[in-house]
Amino acid sequence: MSDSHEEAHFCHTAGDKIMFSDSVLQAIRNVQKRYPDSQGAVLPALHIIQKEYGHLTYEAMRFVSQQLRVSESDVFGAATFYSLYRWKNPGRHLIQICHNLSCSLLGAETMIKHLETKLGVCEGEVTKDGRFSFIRMECIGRCDGAPAMLVGDDYHGNLTPEKIDAILATYE
Amino acid sequence: MEKMLLKRVDIPNSADIDVALKHGAYSTLATAFGMRPVDVVNEVKRATLRGRGGAGFPTGLKWELCSRVPGQLKYLLCNADEGEPGTFKDRFILLQDPHLLIEGMVISGYGIGAERGYIYLRYEYPTALGVLEKAIEQAYAKGYLGKNILGKGVNFDLSVHRGAGAYICGEETALIESLEGKRGQPRIRPPFPASQGAWRKPTVINNVETLSNIPYLIAMGADAYAKIGEETSPGPKLYGVSGMVNKPGVYELPMGTTLREIIFTHCGGVRGGKKLKAVIPGGASTPMLTEQHLDVKMDFNSLVAAGSMLGSGAVMVMDETVNMVQATSTLVRFFAHESCGKCTPCREGTSWLYQVYKRLMHGEGRPDDIDLLLYICETVKGKCFCPLGEGAIQPVLSSIKHFRGDYEEWIKSGKAAHA
Repeated sequence: MSDSHEEAHFCHTAGDKIMFSDSVLQAIRNVQKRYPDSQGAVLPALHIIQKEYGHLTYEAMRFVSQQLRVSESDVFGAATFYSLYRWKNPGRHLIQICHNLSCSLLGAETMIKHLETKLGVCEGEVTKDGRFSFIRMECIGRCDGAPAMLVGDDYHGNLTPEKIDAILATYE
Repeated sequence: MEKMLLKRVDIPNSADIDVALKHGAYSTLATAFGMRPVDVVNEVKRATLRGRGGAGFPTGLKWELCSRVPGQLKYLLCNADEGEPGTFKDRFILLQDPHLLIEGMVISGYGIGAERGYIYLRYEYPTALGVLEKAIEQAYAKGYLGKNILGKGVNFDLSVHRGAGAYICGEETALIESLEGKRGQPRIRPPFPASQGAWRKPTVINNVETLSNIPYLIAMGADAYAKIGEETSPGPKLYGVSGMVNKPGVYELPMGTTLREIIFTHCGGVRGGKKLKAVIPGGASTPMLTEQHLDVKMDFNSLVAAGSMLGSGAVMVMDETVNMVQATSTLVRFFAHESCGKCTPCREGTSWLYQVYKRLMHGEGRPDDIDLLLYICETVKGKCFCPLGEGAIQPVLSSIKHFRGDYEEWIKSGKAAHA
């Protein structure tokens, strides 16, 4: 990693060059104001980048480290501690399907098998058309609508295989 | 009982400040600001309100400890991490009545002398993030947040801090670490957050439901509030019921309503007319109960006497068709996944437990596996840094205690799950 990269805010992802946009930088500057020290902004800064690019990278963490003047090890330590920072592209729509107790009592495993068959991918893999990937979740707080899942930011509950088909059809 | 916490949630557009104001939001601020801060704290103490997040610590006492620490800068944190499996009660307030929470936080901040608040929101609630940010913006615009609220010289700033997927961050010191931008691992106590919490300043951390009680408690006064529900831990309680019942959902009932009334009167009984087999009364980390416990009152003390805990009031109902080895395996997997790795008994204990359950799920159980599970629990019990490890062994111990036959049969049959 050379210094020129740092200055230009380059982020390398699988050979592609992505520049962190001014809006990302501005969003990080804004969120920093909420905290008494700059380390407080580590989690929100990572969220901002993940939202913009779909996932985090090594360079994204270095970028956050430089912008917030927090040591790289502290940023890496935090970023790798939490389950929901992602390290590869989840496709256009990330399906997060719950398999904790309330959902599994009401058929979560059947729904997950259906997703695997329907999408033709295993957990964490992106479909060939780049539309979907799915991950198993430990309780998404929709136990009253079990079995439940999130597609992007949208909740869907009381799932059946037919209902899953209808829901997925509405996402481009 | 007339609804309080859920009074506004069914009103269309209730998260909008104009709608909320029409239905009484922020009406208790003037009452609270007319009292001395110490009187606000005393009122909460006198009402014997106990925290609704799980531990049931007396809220007033927590506030008093913090308010007595000298110093100008204090923090009020709202725990909206709601990660305990089976728990979804706070979601109703976060999505449908965020102004109740904000009002509660402004009053609480005034009481303890905190002018800065954060709502620590779990990542899995993306919709609530938008709702809360908008509600906060509206509250600033109307002068219910910010400087000189109601012209009474009270200041309170509030923002949302989004988690990133870690159950442990519901533990208050781990939550503080996470707020500070670090790995969400618990801190050694003492010092307690009340004296040294967020950024080493005096800090109070309360659950969403606890803070949402405050406007009503202050409006009606401690005496009237203490008359609601169970004497030793009064007030309204949100019970979130899921699993095999006819009408799952969140129910606001007086603290101490029996499990039987919750399941059979309010939730319409067990699905398909089946027999009830097991109930988890307060979320994944609370010991399972059986049909014989249905008349237990759902409050802190009564549930402890019955061998369980109120936890977050997240009731999970299982019918006679459920195999308890499989059900427990789901919970053990969860705890193994969520152990933060800081202390050895929890990190190793939860993953050892899960390895045994994986073996059981593959139909490769051994005759002495039950004893092995109990032995691992013994090595975890009372030896962990924070309550996570202790919670992780509860489903194992209670399911073996009540449903040992399920284990023996499962091991003998050599069945595999999800086959």
